[in-house]
Amino acid sequence: MSERQVEVEILRYDPETDQAPKLQSYSVPCQEEWVVLDAITYIKDHIDTTVSFRWSCHMAVCGSCGMMVNGEPALSCKSFLRDYPDKIRIEPLAHFPIVRDLVVQLDDFMEKLNRVKPYIIPKEKKSVSDGQHKQSPAQLKAFKQYTLCINCTLCYAACPQYGLVPDFIGPAAMALAHRYNLDSRDGGREQRQEVVATDEGVWECSFVGACSEVCPKQVDPAGAIQQMKIASTVDWYKEHLMPWSKP
Amino acid sequence: MSGKAYIREMPKTTWWLSHSRYRRYVAREVTCIPIGIYTAVLIWGLMRLSQGAAAWEGFIEALNSPLSILFHLVAFVFAVVHTISWFNVTPSAMRVQIGEDFAPGAVIIGAHYTGWVVVSLIVLFMAGV
Ligand code: SF4
Ligand code: FES
Repeated sequence: MSERQVEVEILRYDPETDQAPKLQSYSVPCQEEWVVLDAITYIKDHIDTTVSFRWSCHMAVCGSCGMMVNGEPALSCKSFLRDYPDKIRIEPLAHFPIVRDLVVQLDDFMEKLNRVKPYIIPKEKKSVSDGQHKQSPAQLKAFKQYTLCINCTLCYAACPQYGLVPDFIGPAAMALAHRYNLDSRDGGREQRQEVVATDEGVWECSFVGACSEVCPKQVDPAGAIQQMKIASTVDWYKEHLMPWSKP
Repeated sequence: MSGKAYIREMPKTTWWLSHSRYRRYVAREVTCIPIGIYTAVLIWGLMRLSQGAAAWEGFIEALNSPLSILFHLVAFVFAVVHTISWFNVTPSAMRVQIGEDFAPGAVIIGAHYTGWVVVSLIVLFMAGV
């Protein structure tokens, strides 16, 4: 097994002592099959126990290990070191406040996610004795792609619009609003529109498309937002040009 | 948690220089400026038309100047680039589901190009070309 010495720079920040974050460099003997997360774990285990970072599954499922790797938002457990040069720079996800080292504060995202009501709001009340909600494969297909989101927030770190206008609801939360809007069992679109069809919602998006490019799960949040823009525009025309069409 | 979370400010005017992805986005947005100017020229022409034959002749003459021809060439190239860049992203913005499948991206993009050609032909026909 081949080993390679990689210089790993980590943006460090200790809220108790530091005024601002600063880069610290480590020389790490890396194995061929390692991912970036392995290198950071090696640093923590063998070089510097004070380095803080989040991870859990080590298999691109939990969504907690997102970082900027050479300026690009990435899951550190999915970023193979063999795809990088001998020197890499790791920073906490862009656009989020840094709690400590590579750990960022996600409260803002959680709050926004909550606002779009990311759960089924049943179209009609049904009791257990009425039986299950049936869904055809085609109905499932309509929203399946948007269920794949793992809330890793790489898309927020990639979105310049979120960086410039922090009130923007942002890609993943909107993709999830779309996911539930498209669900045949759901009747909550009108409630979600109060958040989605606003200046902080779809109309803040200028379709940079960065979110979809960095998404590790091919959710394509940018596409979801554009689809919601079109649907919201159709709503507007219906309401103003065909007021009788309103239920 | 003691201490304060650190907020990294984004440079308000130069942020887009930091990544090729952002530069590409700004380039796409900038292509709409000549298109906007072209539209203003069109509206100006309509106004001159409403002012009678002499005003209209003057407008046509101004259009024939080398500077105007150069501008229209630039505006045309930018309009084509702008259009293509938008057509290319239509498959994710307008999904068409048929049964359990989505219409392939090439079909959706192709439909846009077809619409473009048809509208252009109608305009050319009406212009008597
Ligand atoms: S949409 Fe993609 S990038 Fe954004 S949080 Fe979900 S999985 Fe991550
Ligand atoms: S550690 Fe779970 S996604 Fe990377």
